[in-house]
Amino acid sequence: MSAIFRKELKSYFTGPIAYVFMAVLLVTTGIYTMIYNLSYQYATYEYVYGAVSFIYLIIIPILTMRIFAEERKQKTEQLLYCLPLKMSSIVAGKYLAAVTVLAVPCAITGIYPFILSLYGNVNFKIVFVSLLAFFLLGAALIAVCMFISSLTENQILAAIISFIVVFINYFIANLSGFVSGSSFASCLCLMAVIVALALIVNYLTKNKLLAEIVAIVLLAALLAVFLIDPSLLEGVAPEILNRLALFDGFYNMVYGLFDLGTVVMFLSVVVLFNHMSVVSLEKRRWA
Amino acid sequence: MIEVKNLTKNYGDVVAVNDISFTVEAGKIYGFLGPNGAGKSTTMNIITGCLSASSGTVTVDGHDIFDDPIGAKKCIGYLPEIPPLYTDMTPLEFLTFVGRAKGLKKQELSSAVVSVMEKTDIFDVRSRLIKNLSKGYKQRVGIAQAILGNPKVIILDEPTVGLDPIQIVEIRSLIRELSKEHTVILSSHILPEVSEICDEILIISNGKLVASDTAENLIKKFNPETVTELVISGDVEACANALAAIDEISKIEIDDAAEDGTVKLFLHIPSNEDIRQKVAEKIVESGALMLSMNTVKASLEDIFLEVTSENIGVLTREAETAEQSAEESTENGTEETAEACTEENEEKEDEEA
Repeated sequence: MSAIFRKELKSYFTGPIAYVFMAVLLVTTGIYTMIYNLSYQYATYEYVYGAVSFIYLIIIPILTMRIFAEERKQKTEQLLYCLPLKMSSIVAGKYLAAVTVLAVPCAITGIYPFILSLYGNVNFKIVFVSLLAFFLLGAALIAVCMFISSLTENQILAAIISFIVVFINYFIANLSGFVSGSSFASCLCLMAVIVALALIVNYLTKNKLLAEIVAIVLLAALLAVFLIDPSLLEGVAPEILNRLALFDGFYNMVYGLFDLGTVVMFLSVVVLFNHMSVVSLEKRRWA
Repeated sequence: MIEVKNLTKNYGDVVAVNDISFTVEAGKIYGFLGPNGAGKSTTMNIITGCLSASSGTVTVDGHDIFDDPIGAKKCIGYLPEIPPLYTDMTPLEFLTFVGRAKGLKKQELSSAVVSVMEKTDIFDVRSRLIKNLSKGYKQRVGIAQAILGNPKVIILDEPTVGLDPIQIVEIRSLIRELSKEHTVILSSHILPEVSEICDEILIISNGKLVASDTAENLIKKFNPETVTELVISGDVEACANALAAIDEISKIEIDDAAEDGTVKLFLHIPSNEDIRQKVAEKIVESGALMLSMNTVKASLEDIFLEVTSENIGVLTREAETAEQSAEESTENGTEETAEACTEENEEKEDEEA
């Protein structure tokens, strides 16, 4: 794993990607710090993280687009397959390298509150919880976008799909308010989720039967619940959207609410999508 | 060293590799020979663990590639068809990375990298970016990557494709050099290359292993007869009749298309016996004049074309129907079928073996 990690990190820093990524993140943070804390004189540095988070929409897809797509395009993935390494350690090495590129500017922005504290009171607890949330949000998005990169050999396509996914996620919490909470709407929403799940199972395992069984069992269970007690499903649709919204949990933490559930949510997303990347790469071997 | 049993790989309905079995012994050079798309690369990819198999097993030095991939991969150095190089790295950086990934310890890493760079003659370009290197050097970096860490088996997929003639000679001598310490498997669709370097040749066609043996044995097996070419002038009829009296000759072909009254005779001698003296005597007896006599050696190329041609199916059918008539009809023009028949039988035996 360390060999992959070192190689990846080196390649980030020999090319422009890491520098651009860090520069954009630092410049944006700098601008918001200046506006919020210096110009408007807010006493809350954590608002900066809340405002800056939108930049992830653009820079995370760019950071992650090449992770696997380029290997595939350059045919270097064959080297990874024939080296005596586990697929999980290859994925972990690549993931950690990308997270390191994120961690450096995050750490630098951690210096700002100390500078600000020279001229006023800073609530360090809230600031560092929001910094942690900011970092974890980025780490979770990197895992998601890295998985998307493992699905294609076209970097640009990987970047665009990643952007769309992050974009939807960014707005999903706002949109959830417009989604009908009736049990019928929830039932439809869950059906869509089940179909999507079955499609993913089918894609990753190439096993139609398994996908169909998953779909049928879940749909049957859903219908049973809907017919027996529809009230159980009330409000589920907006709730699902809310839960899927990584940014929503992030905002809760930024405004000072340390929520262990959100931290666990971010970490589970990281683990889940790292694993999905492993499966996606292994699957190519079994094509 | 490597044992491949009943290996099959399907891509949907397409059978890329069809029930291939063979054993690779330590210390030899093996050559996979076959036309493009025959399944050479697929077989190599499966042996090296880059690809799964639909069925069958591969054991490398006691490690099953599917159950213990890491153990098996440690014994193998692989150069795929397109050398997998990170082009924005220098050879030194790249080989250091591969060495680390192969689990070399810090102390041995730099000396191992330097030694493979010297072996493959890339030490001078070690600090240039790989993307700026010529194709030949890229290939060498690929080979250096494969032999790094001293694996027991080195597998090279078409190592000389796209190189200029001088580079080809250099790479071949490098491969020969490597075979002193490693078992080497290489693939090629270029026949002279394989017959020149390899100890054993495995001919693959349409996903099937159609022949495997040393070059010499293959020639013997598939062309079991010697052909002697004579150029004579004078009474050809009498001469041919006189030669027909020699028992060892199974068939005489007459080619009188040559200029200035000379005639070419081809004598087919199945037993491979040296009957030059007898032939000379008979010709003198018949009163004809012998201008030259040489033995025509069947080339591996003929065998290759024979076993990989798509007409195999047709030949087999012909051979089956002609099987009985073949023995009695050696004189009257069905020799061609008879030949095909024997070759086909040989081939079948070979496959069964």
